[in-house]
Amino acid sequence: MIEPLYIALIPLIPIISFLIIALIGRRYFPTWCGFLGTLSLFTSFILSAAVAYRYFFEIGKVEGVYQKIIALKYAWLQFTPDLSIDMGLLLDPISVMMIVIVTFISLMVHVYSLGYMKGDARISTYFSFLSLFTFSMLGLVLASNIFMMYIFWELVGVSSFLLIGYYYDKPSAVAASKKAFIVTRFADLGFLIGILVLSYYTGSLDFGIIIERSTDPAFSGSLAAVSFMGLSALTWGVLLVFIGGAGKSAMFPLHIWLPDAMEGPTPVSALIHAATMVVAGVYIVARLFPVFSLACPGSLDVVAYVGIFSSLFAAIIACTQTDIKRVLAYSTISQIGFMMFALGVSGYGGEQGLGYMGSMFHLFTHSIFKALLFLGAGSVIHYVHSNEMKDMGGLRKLMPITHLTFLLACLAIAGIPPFAGFFSKEEILLAAWNSNKLVYYLAIITATLTAFYMFRLYFSIFWNKTFSPKQLEGHVNGETHKLHEAPGTMLFPLIILGLLSVVAGFVPFGKFVSSDGLALSNELHLSFSVVPVLLAIVGIIMAFSFYQKENAAPKKLATGLKGFYTSAYHKFYIDEVYLFITHKLVFNLIGRPAAWIDKNVVDGSMNGIAALTGSISSLIKGLQSGKLQDYTLYFFSGLIGFVLLIIYLWT
Amino acid sequence: MNFDFFILMKSELSLLLIIFLLLFLKIWDGIKNPITLLHLTNVLLLINFLFGFILNSHGELFNGMFSTNSSLALEKNILNFGVLIISLQSFDWLKTHKHLLEYYVLLLSTLLGMFYMISSGNFLMFYLGLELASIPLAALVNFDLEKRKSSEAAMKMILSSAFASGVMLFGISILYGTTGSLTFSEMPGLITGRTLQLAALIFIFSGFAFKLSAVPFHFWTADVYEGAPVSVTSFLSVISKAAMVFVFISILMPLFVGNLHLFYIILLVTIVLTILIGNLFAIRQSNIKRFLAFSSIAQVGYVLLGLSAGNSMGVSASIYFLIVYLFSNLAAFGVISLVSVHSGKENIDDYKGFYKTNPVLSWAITIALFSLAGIPPTAGFFGKLFLVTAGASKGNFALIAFAALNMVVSLYYYLRIVKAIFVDVNEDPIPKLKGSLSLNLGLLLCFIGIVITGFTSGLYQYIAQAFNF
Repeated sequence: MIEPLYIALIPLIPIISFLIIALIGRRYFPTWCGFLGTLSLFTSFILSAAVAYRYFFEIGKVEGVYQKIIALKYAWLQFTPDLSIDMGLLLDPISVMMIVIVTFISLMVHVYSLGYMKGDARISTYFSFLSLFTFSMLGLVLASNIFMMYIFWELVGVSSFLLIGYYYDKPSAVAASKKAFIVTRFADLGFLIGILVLSYYTGSLDFGIIIERSTDPAFSGSLAAVSFMGLSALTWGVLLVFIGGAGKSAMFPLHIWLPDAMEGPTPVSALIHAATMVVAGVYIVARLFPVFSLACPGSLDVVAYVGIFSSLFAAIIACTQTDIKRVLAYSTISQIGFMMFALGVSGYGGEQGLGYMGSMFHLFTHSIFKALLFLGAGSVIHYVHSNEMKDMGGLRKLMPITHLTFLLACLAIAGIPPFAGFFSKEEILLAAWNSNKLVYYLAIITATLTAFYMFRLYFSIFWNKTFSPKQLEGHVNGETHKLHEAPGTMLFPLIILGLLSVVAGFVPFGKFVSSDGLALSNELHLSFSVVPVLLAIVGIIMAFSFYQKENAAPKKLATGLKGFYTSAYHKFYIDEVYLFITHKLVFNLIGRPAAWIDKNVVDGSMNGIAALTGSISSLIKGLQSGKLQDYTLYFFSGLIGFVLLIIYLWT
Repeated sequence: MNFDFFILMKSELSLLLIIFLLLFLKIWDGIKNPITLLHLTNVLLLINFLFGFILNSHGELFNGMFSTNSSLALEKNILNFGVLIISLQSFDWLKTHKHLLEYYVLLLSTLLGMFYMISSGNFLMFYLGLELASIPLAALVNFDLEKRKSSEAAMKMILSSAFASGVMLFGISILYGTTGSLTFSEMPGLITGRTLQLAALIFIFSGFAFKLSAVPFHFWTADVYEGAPVSVTSFLSVISKAAMVFVFISILMPLFVGNLHLFYIILLVTIVLTILIGNLFAIRQSNIKRFLAFSSIAQVGYVLLGLSAGNSMGVSASIYFLIVYLFSNLAAFGVISLVSVHSGKENIDDYKGFYKTNPVLSWAITIALFSLAGIPPTAGFFGKLFLVTAGASKGNFALIAFAALNMVVSLYYYLRIVKAIFVDVNEDPIPKLKGSLSLNLGLLLCFIGIVITGFTSGLYQYIAQAFNF
């Protein structure tokens, strides 16, 4: 058994740090808050690493199978002996993997923020939010009870809202934070209803029991009998849960909040909107995977098609965006789509579970190189004070370390061997090939596009036209800034993450994480890998020819594909569709009549009730006359009234 | 007589000891400093409260006149705790009062009366306890000696009490006449359901309803609450009510065992009237003590709603709610008491702009009001939730909908005060106040109570076990 206290400390240290910073630190030692936050995250990370070591190598495995261990459980609200909201810590391969990822990326982002946010007036607030987020995310991944997960799920949403809107004097940031909150709230509603459905039919909120009961043929037979609109109750439940996951993971059509969320500070984007929170949707599907896979296999098709569509769709948009953070945002949606469809094409157990393993593997490697990409982009933005590609170019000599690490990350995401992304992507593609050829071909196209847009980004920033340092200085609001490569606190995480992007792929991931806990070998089928790698190289060469030097080719291509390019540039007008639906349809067809009813019927009756209350109230005011004789009289009348009542009732 | 006597009556004896000690201090007149006296009393009350946790046993004394068991001991200790908090919060008021020892002697006598009432096994014992609990209380209401309103309130209270006691005694005597017994344990078997007996039960019920200030027996409440010193008002609204609910559970409910349908009908009428009238009047009050008087009437309606279930869940829900209500109401009264003592202001309008000058106190009273209004995640939410769930077990969903609707109405008037505190501007706000350590400690205890009882379910389960009959 792992000492539960240590595991509990992993999420508790960040929340304590949050409380200290928010309550005391902000006022008394604002400059030290960053160090406090970083130090506490460092402690958490060390503990997570120790727990991971203990779990994977010493105690997790019983007879070759990784066990689910409930390290701590406290019944918080007990409804019936089975149905309770617990605060529990669940250790299994994916949760242990996630705590390491979350604490590690969070630590890197903390260190990076020490440099990036230096001089910001509200830096202590910033670090307190980071701590709060880390706590919530750790709670989410460790939850042993689906309702506990929901609580932390909402907390994660709140802290994300706070961080996106961190620059609260910027109207776009405020709008983005609201958009993120509202869109994910809608999805969360689905999640909540899904939880209620699942718990109603399985009689429990505990992950273990939900999985056990819904996959038990004797039990699920009775569940399948309950159906609504042709789907069993259980299928409805998991689909609703999936909607919640799709909202957090920015899957089509709930993806619209993620690109706007880039209004937050860049390190935040790296932490929340690339590596941790947005994979929560993948995580919940993986957490309930046996239910999806064994009890309602049809639901996995939904997961697969939503995943692959989002993936391709976002990749196309990413090719046209000019704001570097938005490119990365769409790339994130695309990569999460990869993880989703990998789960969708996977089966449960043994070799069938390849997709599951690939998905988790990709989650792992993606969090490293995507965090690196965002942090690198942050470093560039820090340098040129702009998000737009047109303000950049030729930076490779001016910021050599950022350049090198960014290149490593691009190679990793493009799936070039031997970088991290190659290995995980191969597993996913293989799983897709084995189960659904359509998904495979779309995935190959997406992978090619990925290589293209990533290198478009890379070449536009670091090659292309060359600005002289003088010109760049001119970009900064007319003030003269001394140009310099980012400070050490920012470079350190870049270097660490860069190294990991190279080696992370060599982790024998299947040995540790698989759908049923049994080890799975990560074989590489070289012949199979040839096609994707060649296509990726084609994508890179295209990007090279278009963007390595300033030339007219991209323009030509854009004019050639005019309609398609424009609509992709405008993100296929999804935002406009939402606006149309909300403003035109909802407001006019529902809102106006509702407002009319509200004004004339509801208000009218409410005013009526208010007037009635007022008049009754003043009518009976006389009762409370202050005269004792009256009071006794009323007392006595009440008494007689009651006595008459019983006589009337009794005879 | 052996040691059983001392063990079984230990709560009462411990109170009696404190009363005599305080009387002795009064006569001896050795300690002149009121602050020392107050601290001494608070320590004694704390010891008394802690003592309530140990040496609890069950048994009967005096041929069944007096009986006790662990759940009754728990009820007594809840009252002990409430009195301790009230005592801590009256520090600022009493330290300048000439008769502070008398205040405590009267207060503890009232409490002693309640203890006897709770433990009584016989109507005579019960009646003695009831009177011991009422008469010193009337003197307490008059404790702002120089205020006319206070005297008027005391007068109204004693006269209405006498009337209610008279009605109740009448009921008891009819019951005795038709059954030939005064012992509670024999009663349920002897009540056959004759109309005369049922009328007697109604008479007794009205006495209880009077003490609980249920409508239409509530008229004394507002005047007395307004006139009495704040500490006494908080005692009346929390301790008196809680004691009466405890007795309601252990004595009145068993009497109706053979006539549950009748009991439910009467309760139904009382609940609807109580919640409705309490809310309607609370909306229009301008004096904050009067306002809390009516809001507490409405709260009693909810307690009765829980009790109307007539099962152990209703009982434990009511007791849980009473504890929550104790914390929330005492927190509100603590702040009001501080404001009243230092600035003499007792109107809701006076609280405008309170947040500007006293942010911490503003939050304290706001949390208390949130809890009273039943806004999650404060304890009050769970309290109401359990009560309504218990009430729903009867399947009368119209009543539940009515209760829920009235909760929304109550939200309006509680938030009105919060709005006055936080939003409204005032040129002449209440100045910055600094309460004594004791008072702040009392507020802190309440705050912890509101939060802890809201966030852990342990307390409810503990109560549910203690009252599982």
